[in-house]
Amino acid sequence: MAAVQGGLVDAAEEKDIKPEPASDGFGNNNANDGRLLSTSPGSSASTGSNKTVAGASEDQQTLLAVLQFLKKNKLNESVEILRREAGLPEDSLDPKGTDASGAGSGGSSGGVDLEGGDASSLLSRVTVSASAGVQAPTKAAAGEDQPDVSVVLSAYSQQGDPALYEVYYSGLKKFIETVLDCHRAELSQVFYPLFVHMYLELVYNNHESEAKAFFEKFSGDQECYYEDDLRILSSLTKKEHMRGNETLLDFRTSKFVLRISRDSYQLLKRHLQERQNNQIWNIIQEHLYIDIFDGMPRSKSQIDAMSGSLAGEAKREANKAKVYYGLLKEPEIELPLDDEDEEAENEEGKPKKKKPKKDSMGSKSKKQDPNAPSQNRIPLPELKDSDKLDKIMYMKESTKRIRLGPDNLPSICYYSFLNAYQGLTAVDLTDDSSLIAGGFADSTVRVWSVTPKKLRKVKSAADLNLIDKESDDVLERIMDEKTASESKILYGHSGPVYGISFSPDRNYLLSSSEDGTVRLWSLQTFTCLVGYKGHNYPVWDTQFSPHGYYFVSGGHDRVARLWATDHYQPLRMFSGHLADVTCTRFHPNSNYVATGSSDRTIRLWDVLNGNCVRIFTGHKGPIHALAFSPNGKFLASGATDGRVLLWDIGHGLMVGELKGHTDTIYSLRFSRDGEILASGSMDNTVRLWDAMKAFDDLETDDFTAATGHIHLQDNSQELLLGTYMTKSTPVIHLHFTRRNLLLAAGAYNP
Amino acid sequence: MFRIKIKRTIRHTGTVPVSHSSEKVVAVNMAEREERRFAEISRESVKLMAESAGVELGDDVAGLLAEDVCYRLREATQSSSQFMRHAKRRKLTVEDFSRALHWSNVEAICGYGAQDALPFRSVKEGELFFIEDRDINLVELALATNIPKGCAETMVRVNVSYLDGKGNLEPQGTVPTAVQSLSDDMLKYYQQITRAILGEDPHLMKVALLDLQSNSKIAALLPYFVYVISGVKSVSHDLEQLNRLLHMVKSLVQNPYLYLGSYVRSLVSSVMYCILEPLAASINPLNDHWTLRDYAALLLSHIFWTHGDLVSGLYHQILLSLQKVLSDPVRPLCSHYGAVVGLHALGWKAVERVLFPHLPAYWANLQAVLDDYSVSNAQVKADGHKVYGAILVAVERLLKMKALSLSQPAEGGSSSQPGSVLGAMGYRVSSPGLSPPPEPLSEATLGIASHLQVGGAGCPWEEWSPVPLPAMYCELYSFFGDSLAVRFSTGPEFGSYPSCTPSQLSDARKEPPGPTSNPDTTRKMPQLTANLNISPRHDGSPRTDPPPPSLAATG
Repeated sequence: MAAVQGGLVDAAEEKDIKPEPASDGFGNNNANDGRLLSTSPGSSASTGSNKTVAGASEDQQTLLAVLQFLKKNKLNESVEILRREAGLPEDSLDPKGTDASGAGSGGSSGGVDLEGGDASSLLSRVTVSASAGVQAPTKAAAGEDQPDVSVVLSAYSQQGDPALYEVYYSGLKKFIETVLDCHRAELSQVFYPLFVHMYLELVYNNHESEAKAFFEKFSGDQECYYEDDLRILSSLTKKEHMRGNETLLDFRTSKFVLRISRDSYQLLKRHLQERQNNQIWNIIQEHLYIDIFDGMPRSKSQIDAMSGSLAGEAKREANKAKVYYGLLKEPEIELPLDDEDEEAENEEGKPKKKKPKKDSMGSKSKKQDPNAPSQNRIPLPELKDSDKLDKIMYMKESTKRIRLGPDNLPSICYYSFLNAYQGLTAVDLTDDSSLIAGGFADSTVRVWSVTPKKLRKVKSAADLNLIDKESDDVLERIMDEKTASESKILYGHSGPVYGISFSPDRNYLLSSSEDGTVRLWSLQTFTCLVGYKGHNYPVWDTQFSPHGYYFVSGGHDRVARLWATDHYQPLRMFSGHLADVTCTRFHPNSNYVATGSSDRTIRLWDVLNGNCVRIFTGHKGPIHALAFSPNGKFLASGATDGRVLLWDIGHGLMVGELKGHTDTIYSLRFSRDGEILASGSMDNTVRLWDAMKAFDDLETDDFTAATGHIHLQDNSQELLLGTYMTKSTPVIHLHFTRRNLLLAAGAYNP
Repeated sequence: MFRIKIKRTIRHTGTVPVSHSSEKVVAVNMAEREERRFAEISRESVKLMAESAGVELGDDVAGLLAEDVCYRLREATQSSSQFMRHAKRRKLTVEDFSRALHWSNVEAICGYGAQDALPFRSVKEGELFFIEDRDINLVELALATNIPKGCAETMVRVNVSYLDGKGNLEPQGTVPTAVQSLSDDMLKYYQQITRAILGEDPHLMKVALLDLQSNSKIAALLPYFVYVISGVKSVSHDLEQLNRLLHMVKSLVQNPYLYLGSYVRSLVSSVMYCILEPLAASINPLNDHWTLRDYAALLLSHIFWTHGDLVSGLYHQILLSLQKVLSDPVRPLCSHYGAVVGLHALGWKAVERVLFPHLPAYWANLQAVLDDYSVSNAQVKADGHKVYGAILVAVERLLKMKALSLSQPAEGGSSSQPGSVLGAMGYRVSSPGLSPPPEPLSEATLGIASHLQVGGAGCPWEEWSPVPLPAMYCELYSFFGDSLAVRFSTGPEFGSYPSCTPSQLSDARKEPPGPTSNPDTTRKMPQLTANLNISPRHDGSPRTDPPPPSLAATG
């Protein structure tokens, strides 16, 4: 790894040690024991912080179960910590812990974090995962640790008369239908979680026919965006099925979060107490987290905008942490004041100079942005000479950049992958648009040069010995001219390649695959350098940090991991998603990572301490595309529901909804200056949106900011600047060149 | 916990009511189509499977197992959809399912990876369903001369889609299929063939055309040949070259190994060029461009009947452009001639729908040409006779086929539906082995026509309704007089159709026949019968002279 200086590694490690055990100690539970366990502390954390719902005895019970499990797995350190935790639950939870508690397991990770942690838990994690070996940890947990599962599920054992469930439910339904209009929408939110939990209770207690009847009768009432979950639920009719069903376990172990105004809540509470409807009241107390706010009840559209995720909305506290979304100061590089001639000469003179790049920051802020993290908040690699050269190139290019706007839309070039019968699954382009890479379902990664410059390998070691190392054009001489070709194929994975990412300096390529590994490839030798193992399950996405060196990956194990290229183990584990992590993106300042998931939420993680600092809900389907705006303030997300949602990171708010696509959105990209958002979809279109307008129209008054209750206007049609049909080719990648030409890519499959 | 074990051997026992893999596919479809409806595996199936594995199962055990298997299938289906989504596909494949099974620690099932759909067969006795698994004769495969080549290399090609963001909502067609890098051999072949076809040696040309017609390995060259053929526009002065290019089209069209795909459109437009354009070669009256047009028209109909299904709406597009030429009085007569022979070649339905309604208007112009006996007009007049002859041939066939179709209600019935292709195929209805209509054009009629009609001077055949045969005959007779009548027998069988007097005729059609039409409308009309035995020279007709095609030639 010539790319990283030795000093940096140390610095990074030093920095890492403190927080590492925290996320690891916890990720430990998460990754190895399955979510069932990790959630118990999670719920303990949330009960601790949450005054409305408290079940001390149940709390104790789950804690004991966890302790038992930890002991069994010889995780003594964790046992110690947890015990200490449990001893003083109220005090040990500081605001940080609270806001992370929305993440379920993340909650106590925050707590443990404060204890200082210890390195040995990291070790134990390693050994455990090693011993777990090939066997799938999460599933193994589900299958083998039955006592623990039954602890989790046992909450369902208390039961009323199965025949009365329908009566209870329809009683509540009647009540909610008769309340004042302003409360009805809010109270209707309880229908879905209540329905699911009552159904599961019936199933758990072996009342199969009653459960079926219950489902038949009331499933039609549920919001349409829960359709997918209901389908899974309906297939589950036996107690035995519950054991291995992850969706169910998620539902059971994470409290469904509802936001209800105080008035509406009082109404509900009074009704249930008057009617002595204990069955429902118990469920609400045990399985629901009701986030009560003071003020006007929300309207149906407000609620619909935010709901749809697997576990309800995010708690308000979850989005309160400060996020340094500003950009890092650009390093000072003396721009050589050469004229065009000199530049041309320079290029011709050393055509082989490596010109890696930094990701665009849009604006080059000379003075420190108050919202920016300190320059060394996380250690970043130092710029090499080649990086500086590339920066200069970048600046030169950006002076020729086209200023885009509603009246000046970008031209679009389409890169079609032809004869990709094996199935194209991922695409990436280098920042300078000189290389394109495709990941394929046949496990290969292919790299093409899209400039006349061919791809060449470095000569063999023997040949390299013969080279005059002092010569000026040594970088040119080390290349083997005989290997020049337009494309290279990288073999190494043993499953479809779902994610690929070029390093900013164009020396490396990352690929993540169904085989559970992330691989680092050299683009000098076109060989595999490292296989990063840790996910053990399909890795759906990976991305290099805009500053290089770090990268993030996320996969089926529901954990996103932060890696450094020279560490074979992850530096951070971001756990909290309730379903697969489907896509991962770095913030332009490299201090944060955004992850999208099949649980229909987006989370923002702090790279420094591994905390979850934002949870965004509102999508109604798995999220498959994320993009940060170049100024770092906003995030755009696209999902299978065909909608693009826009988020204000600083305020933690949804700020826009872009409707128009009719199929899954697989790619999002902001133009270099952030004026235009491009979205590419399975529906064979590229759409351009007026990002400036979408963000300018924001009315972020204090109330909105404080409550998070947004009024989204339906202005998708105004914001849509253009729809561009491809030649029957789905769009799976988008890229703006440094001069703001839009490149799209996809495979043509007749 | 019960796990599904699916063994390939099960398939070979032949006793399993429902094959596993297909059951899964069913489950997938069902789950996607409608919630809470899943494919079920019956307990009998489970028992049979157990039996085939040598285990006896009780009813209740089998029932429980069946239920669990169903549940596991649903679960696996659910997780397999995730692999589909990440592969950025819409279609769930067997591979997705295998991966889902793999990750839930179930051994993968092999042998179902084929891309094409597996036909599902049933055996009547003993309700048995199975997937057909044909034996492959390896020897035959190994010795086959037609060796399939490997897939073309995966490659990236860039095209500028939109400049300065000029958007558009129309689908953009498709990327050319099978772009392959040409091997040297291919390139050589291509050069040899084109040289031979366009060169001087007629024998060489014949060999080349023959090879083009039967070579199975030239798919990659198709775009190049199509490109060459599109060069007709640059050789419009050279009848010989045009002819050769048309022969090239014919060879390509007849090659059974070639899938023309959207190249059909390009070929058709090249052929149409030869039919319709006032070729540079036709300036010299000595050049026989008429034959070229005839040949091109035949070729057009051939392409349409054999490959018309590859491009939707092709029929209407062709009709539209033919009609446009016909209704454009500025065009030279040779273009009009091309339009008429083109319509004629496309079948009597096309004639009925485009030429016939347009005839009154066209007749005026033609008559004016034919009536001008000045010397300077001689050449034009000769051309006019050509057109006259062509129209006559076309309408005669129209009458004949119409009469035939009416007398054969089975086929004729369809001809009464406007836009029915079967009707348009009238002249082929007698051949039973004919392939079905290329596409339901009746539906496409409105859609295609509605956005193609821009620029055209109205499309009479859009609101076209079939004119009854007698009325049609009357009208045509008013144009052609006796030269038409010879084709029909008159006789006592008259009565199946009411006779149509000229007054009725003018009632039926809003505008009376053009001023130049035959004035002797009071002449006694030959009577028309729907006699099956229509022959050109049926006796009973007093006038036996067929319209001489030589007329135009000599005139």
